[in-house]
Amino acid sequence: MRVPPDFGISDAALHDVSVASTLQAVKPPEAEIMAALERCGYDADTIFAIKLAFEEAVTNAVKHGNHFDPAKRVFLRWYVDPDRVVLMVRDQGCGFCPAAVPDPTADENLERPSGRGIMLMHSYMTRVLYNPAGNEVWMYKDNTARSRGNSPT
Amino acid sequence: MEQPSTHLKIRQSGPVSVIEFADRKILEELSIQEIQEELLKYAESRPGVQLLLDFSNVDHLASAALGMLITLHKKVQEQSGQLRLSNINRQIFQVFRITRLNQMFDIYDSSQQALEAFGAKK
Repeated sequence: MRVPPDFGISDAALHDVSVASTLQAVKPPEAEIMAALERCGYDADTIFAIKLAFEEAVTNAVKHGNHFDPAKRVFLRWYVDPDRVVLMVRDQGCGFCPAAVPDPTADENLERPSGRGIMLMHSYMTRVLYNPAGNEVWMYKDNTARSRGNSPT
Repeated sequence: MEQPSTHLKIRQSGPVSVIEFADRKILEELSIQEIQEELLKYAESRPGVQLLLDFSNVDHLASAALGMLITLHKKVQEQSGQLRLSNINRQIFQVFRITRLNQMFDIYDSSQQALEAFGAKK
């Protein structure tokens, strides 16, 4: 799947990498993304939000998508500029239906120990989209602190 | 005999077991599982345990860590004990708020306040 057209980014502008399907192997590209956010002047709260959403997406890919099979790959694409961030995570699993994941904040689900990653991704990012198969997630975030004129000094 | 933990620092403050996390980031699936096993074992072996988890050292966590806290909370309740959390930074508290888990846990600004609350419940 190419970058969703309404994200306003050309497909060619995205960084593209695939790594072994382990949480350790994802760390170098994650560090690269975080460094780009700092270079672009994102504030600490926004970086926290993007890091959390990215890590939840990657954990889902490694754990639920690729079932911790280190022979499988995780595919990452990303774009960072001072106004917005685009992140894509794809696994080699058979996908899932995001709508079927129960709302973890409903009273009856509050004590369930799992199922909060996806809702946190939605809470912290401006937009979250899945491909039809459900094994590829695209996330977009505006740098709202910058648009409010709250750029860090 | 309990093995010294690589993930937790445990001290006693009167009747309360105060547990701090050694890792600043509670992210990795494997370490979360290990932390969970250690905490459950600790609670299981101490009926009526008064447990304070101090987050002052933690600046990032994954949703799996929330699951670990929920499982521990249930275990402590089964043991007729009490679990409180303290020193959760603003960004992490926001994660609790978004997931509504701030309503499930007794959360205090400081470990001193949490310790006083244990005393008040005696």
